[in-house]
Amino acid sequence: MTTTTLAVLVPLLPFLAAVAGLLLGRTAPGFVRPLAVVPTLAALALAATVAADQGGGTAIDSATELTPTGSIPIELSLHIDGFAALVAVLVGVVATCVQIYSTGYLRDDPRYPSYAALVSLFTSAMFLVVYSGDLIVLLVGWEVMGICSYFLVGHYWETPEARAASIKAFLVTKLGDVPFLIGLFALATDAGSFEITRVLGTVASGGLDHPTLIALLLLAGVAGKSAQFPLHTWLPDAMAGPTPVSALIHAATMVAAGVYFVARLLPVFQASSAAMVVLALMAAITMVGSGLAALAQDDIKRVLAYSTIGQLGYMTGALAVGDRGAAVFHLLSHGAFKALLFLAAGVIIHAAGTNSLAAMSRMSGLRDRVPDAYWTMTVALLALAAIPPFSGFFSKESVLGAAEHTATGHTEHVPGGAGWIVLVSGLLTALLTAAYATRLWLLAFRGRGAEAPDHGRQPLSMTVVLWALAVPSLGFGGLAYRSLPDWFDGHDLTPTLTTSVLGTGVALVGGILTYGAWRHTTALAAGIPLGAVAAHPEADGGLVEEEAIASHEPAYGDVAYAPDPADPGRLLLGPLHRHAAVGFHLDAVYTVLFVRPVQAGASLVRFLDREVVDTYVRGAAALPRLFGAAVRRAQTGNVQTYVSALLAGTVVLAVAVVLVATGA
Amino acid sequence: MHLAYPAVLSALLFSTGLYGVLARRNAILVLMSVELMLNAVNLNLVAFDVWLSKAARETLHSGQALTLFTIAIAAAEIGIGLAIVLAVYRNRGTSDIDKLRDTAEGHESDGPGDATAAEKAEATA
Amino acid sequence: MILAAAASTALATPTADAAHRALTATAAGATHGFLSPTGVEIAFLLVGLVSFGAALVTVTTRQLVHAALWLVVTLGGLAVEYLLLTAEFIAWVQVLIYVGSVVVLLLFGLMLTKAPIGRSPDADSGNRWAALTVAVAAAAALVWVVVDAFRTTWIDLGGAAAGSTKVTGESLFQNWVLPFEALSVLLLAALVGAIVLSRKAKAETSPPPVNSRAGTGGSPSVPDSRNHPIEGKSPAEQEGAR
Repeated sequence: MTTTTLAVLVPLLPFLAAVAGLLLGRTAPGFVRPLAVVPTLAALALAATVAADQGGGTAIDSATELTPTGSIPIELSLHIDGFAALVAVLVGVVATCVQIYSTGYLRDDPRYPSYAALVSLFTSAMFLVVYSGDLIVLLVGWEVMGICSYFLVGHYWETPEARAASIKAFLVTKLGDVPFLIGLFALATDAGSFEITRVLGTVASGGLDHPTLIALLLLAGVAGKSAQFPLHTWLPDAMAGPTPVSALIHAATMVAAGVYFVARLLPVFQASSAAMVVLALMAAITMVGSGLAALAQDDIKRVLAYSTIGQLGYMTGALAVGDRGAAVFHLLSHGAFKALLFLAAGVIIHAAGTNSLAAMSRMSGLRDRVPDAYWTMTVALLALAAIPPFSGFFSKESVLGAAEHTATGHTEHVPGGAGWIVLVSGLLTALLTAAYATRLWLLAFRGRGAEAPDHGRQPLSMTVVLWALAVPSLGFGGLAYRSLPDWFDGHDLTPTLTTSVLGTGVALVGGILTYGAWRHTTALAAGIPLGAVAAHPEADGGLVEEEAIASHEPAYGDVAYAPDPADPGRLLLGPLHRHAAVGFHLDAVYTVLFVRPVQAGASLVRFLDREVVDTYVRGAAALPRLFGAAVRRAQTGNVQTYVSALLAGTVVLAVAVVLVATGA
Repeated sequence: MHLAYPAVLSALLFSTGLYGVLARRNAILVLMSVELMLNAVNLNLVAFDVWLSKAARETLHSGQALTLFTIAIAAAEIGIGLAIVLAVYRNRGTSDIDKLRDTAEGHESDGPGDATAAEKAEATA
Repeated sequence: MILAAAASTALATPTADAAHRALTATAAGATHGFLSPTGVEIAFLLVGLVSFGAALVTVTTRQLVHAALWLVVTLGGLAVEYLLLTAEFIAWVQVLIYVGSVVVLLLFGLMLTKAPIGRSPDADSGNRWAALTVAVAAAAALVWVVVDAFRTTWIDLGGAAAGSTKVTGESLFQNWVLPFEALSVLLLAALVGAIVLSRKAKAETSPPPVNSRAGTGGSPSVPDSRNHPIEGKSPAEQEGAR
């Protein structure tokens, strides 16, 4: 088989698995698990083969036109370069891990068949986005991911949080997708084609008429999909979905799609320096804000969600300084350790029976209950905090190095201001990242208080996956930074001394500060009992998590916040803590700016419909009704009245006839 | 004799009968008014027959013959009419025309008034 | 206008244009003067006024029995009018049938329906004014048309009586014999119908009063025996018709 055929099979296999899973889910439940895992695993193997074939050489392009579509052709085309090949491998790895993990995590879930099929469809859509060489085909995958995220986030639709979160995720990403679609059309109109290589060729020859407009329109879609400020608010709420879905969305698929899209079309954005500055600002605000918010969250998964937003900010920052190699490098390493973090968090939630860090900090011995999760999560958190030699260190240093490179004015097409913005905010975020990673680790595994409940060992399917993902989290960065430039644009990804020392230094400072704060506050924890655990601790992970999410608000007063004075984040953030816990009131601002005007408009329309339009309808009905009542009143049943009317008419007619006959 | 005298008298009698038919409440009085109208017609027939038999040599005397027929038919009509009135009276307990309103819009056929009327009719019969 | 003038002549009131009217009448009728009514005309007018007055009382009185008695006066007056028109036979038939039988029948009906003796305040129904309007309008229209059409027409009452028994009998049995026979069938049918209608239903005694209306008025519950007299009579009726 040629590489092209293999590449076509990569998105096709999970798609067929999804169709088969949806069709057979009820009739043949025995096939559901193999149907979920095997095609994804096969897609991973094929993607790895494609990557090996491509090998960082010249891009593989293949296109076929199904039907003529008018002036601008739309083709089923593949465009596989080093970026696509490696991102596809990452998608395959994470999707396979998630599918295997889900077989244990949602062991007893009655809706597992449809869930697994949707995850397969999600994976297939992401493969399509990665491999597609045509913008319209890419858009198809992009939108399929949107609808799949809606269904998967709303998997626990019995809980109001999940329903609200799924609708929010859908609407917010669609809010970005509308300008994205317009931007795609504008781009294709300027370039004369939807094909990516031809678009890039047009850009290279300077044929783009409105680069800033197009770039900003596309950025809106990217911000929605990749959860960048100001369209990031759906991502923390999407934690209401099952943990494997969070891992899939956050590590490899949905949020990565936006970054990947910008990386692929980077020349289009570079054509407008304004767009690059906007991108840098967006990345900076996202990074710092999410770091602060992550430090104040109580739900372990919301901490990770804000961490995802921050790491995506690093990637967009790398793109803003024009180094897509660094961006995709960080995407790959982040994909590995973030998937690991989420899956480990799922194990911890299952073991502890709660998703609240405040409650976990009052349990001792949680790390002994889940040793696999403890060790792998430690590795992943070190990678997240960018401590050498973990993979996160190398990818993050490549981003900071690129930013420093730009800031000192060594990069063409990119304004130096963007470099400074990304560099400063990146260093600040490194501090915050280390702080919240340390806080998470300390609260989850160094709690003091009652013994954590013992529910026996976690299923093998869940723990094996953790170790499988721990390997790239540990070693990918260090092993790959030398060879990756061959696959990418050729920029050097080796950490520079200045940024390495600075980045690692601020990370250590953040960690030590948090440790100090924790030592200071942890004594308070014993004095204030706090916490609630799930009602069915013996059930599978999915049910425990669903109950934990549903009970968080009744128990602590908010989905994101717990009134815990023993929280080191409270000491570190000071008065900022209250605002950071609710995401700096951005949801409230959106409520005032968008939700209320829309609702007011809806009530106005309702008023107009009820009171104004209906009045005309009722008025139109009133006249016939009035006539009807008058005519009905004539039906008295009195024969004499009838005869009177009859004879009166006769007389009138007779007189009329006589008058006419006599000519009067 | 001027023909206008019987003609005008006939018209006035007819209108009087008409008023009676429309205004009277008792069915038998309505029948009397109908008789008035019939007689008005008879007067017309006779008067014109007399005029034509003299003036136009009309020898069939159709007017007088028809008058006789009308009288006979009126007799039959009054018999049948009275029988109907009696039957209605026996069923409803009344012979007032404006109380026989079964065809009215929104008529309640089995109201308490009807029931008592029926019982009364039963007792009468 | 001609119509207005006709209306004034109809009331036989000498008005300003009566002279002119007399001139035209003289020119048309040649022998009759409008302002010189003959004795017959005066008698006809007086009796007619009595009849009309009695008719008015008949339709307005509040005493039901009195209405029937005033009807006798009206019908009798009409009989006199027939005599004045030389229709003797009709006049006697009028007296015999109307005054003799019809009014008696009506009186019987009043008695059988327990009509109140004395003044009954509700003798007239609610649509009295509508009825009055219609009646006055009809009277005006009829009088206007009749007078307008026949204001120059006179009846010649001289010579042989137009309606003597001999003349009427000859006419009836020479020219009108078939309708006369058919009329007998009509009378027979009316007789039978009246009997059937006024006879008490046998089934009426057993069912509860709720069904009484249907039992008498509606045909579905009529017993078979009730239909036999009619069916038995129908061949005879056909014979009579032939």
